[in-house]
Amino acid sequence: MTTTNGHEGCALVTGASRGIGAAVAAALAEDGWPVGIGYRSDEAGARRVAEAITAAGGTAAPVAGDVADPEAAPRIFDELEERFGPVLVLVNNAGVRADGLAVQLEDDEWQRVLETNLSAAFRLTRRAVGTMVRKRFGRVVNIASVVGPKANAGQANYAASKAGLIGFTRTVAVEVARRGVTVNAVAPGFIETDMTEDLPAGVLDAVPARRAGRPEDVAACVRFLASPQAAYVTGTTLTVDGGLSA
Amino acid sequence: MPATVTAEQVETVVYDALVELGPTRDQLTRDATFESLDVDSLDLAELSQVVEEHFGVRLKGDDVAKIKTVGDALDLIIARAA
Repeated sequence: MTTTNGHEGCALVTGASRGIGAAVAAALAEDGWPVGIGYRSDEAGARRVAEAITAAGGTAAPVAGDVADPEAAPRIFDELEERFGPVLVLVNNAGVRADGLAVQLEDDEWQRVLETNLSAAFRLTRRAVGTMVRKRFGRVVNIASVVGPKANAGQANYAASKAGLIGFTRTVAVEVARRGVTVNAVAPGFIETDMTEDLPAGVLDAVPARRAGRPEDVAACVRFLASPQAAYVTGTTLTVDGGLSA
Repeated sequence: MPATVTAEQVETVVYDALVELGPTRDQLTRDATFESLDVDSLDLAELSQVVEEHFGVRLKGDDVAKIKTVGDALDLIIARAA
């Protein structure tokens, strides 16, 4: 379908049933993209996000699939392409944590985090970029983290996955830049979501802005990176952390 | 995908795809190297997608790394499609 922004295609946001993903989906819909609301198990949440977008005049549909499953990517893409056309904006947002000191991390805790946060992003990007290259347009935005470039005790698996995602972002960006396809990362700091609700008290004292970020703060950056105005921005990581990394 | 793939069908699809990527038709000969045609690795990745769509033949990264000329590509695709 032709979008209200003139493209024939759609956006896919993984992990979009709540938090940052939901805010990103809403922002992209405001820019005229029909949006696939990727979710693993929170069907009710995904439906709520899609309904809110529709009520606001946008177009959205929940798309089920555990991105850690290598067979999920083709299914998700087939479903979206049939409904809305090619995926021209991909936001790899789905992420999990399984915290513990490295000395105590189990293999499955390592594997699970790497699979969802990094390998899934690779598989989805591989599928998306093939089409984007031939369409001579595409936007991939990977939701990384300030953890990765920066240490955070207890999150060796998470940090490795996010640092890997940033390296992946830079390399793919270079590979496809000459086809009008950009690949960037956004690195949030402390953002108020379900994933960060168990953060220890006082952690915000380290944030120069003296507050946690909102999902909408991250969504605004993704929206920019997906926009025509960001056509010359690729291979970079945009940090959204209230000055934490400065 | 056709039941039997002929060399002519492969040549037509490959030449059409290559013209889309930049070279002119008269530059396309079996002996022409992709380097001389200014066809790079990303172009060959695109060509691989077209070939897979038409003939169900999947060319992997190390396959693509080995082919240097248009003839190399045609021969590989024909052999795989047989």
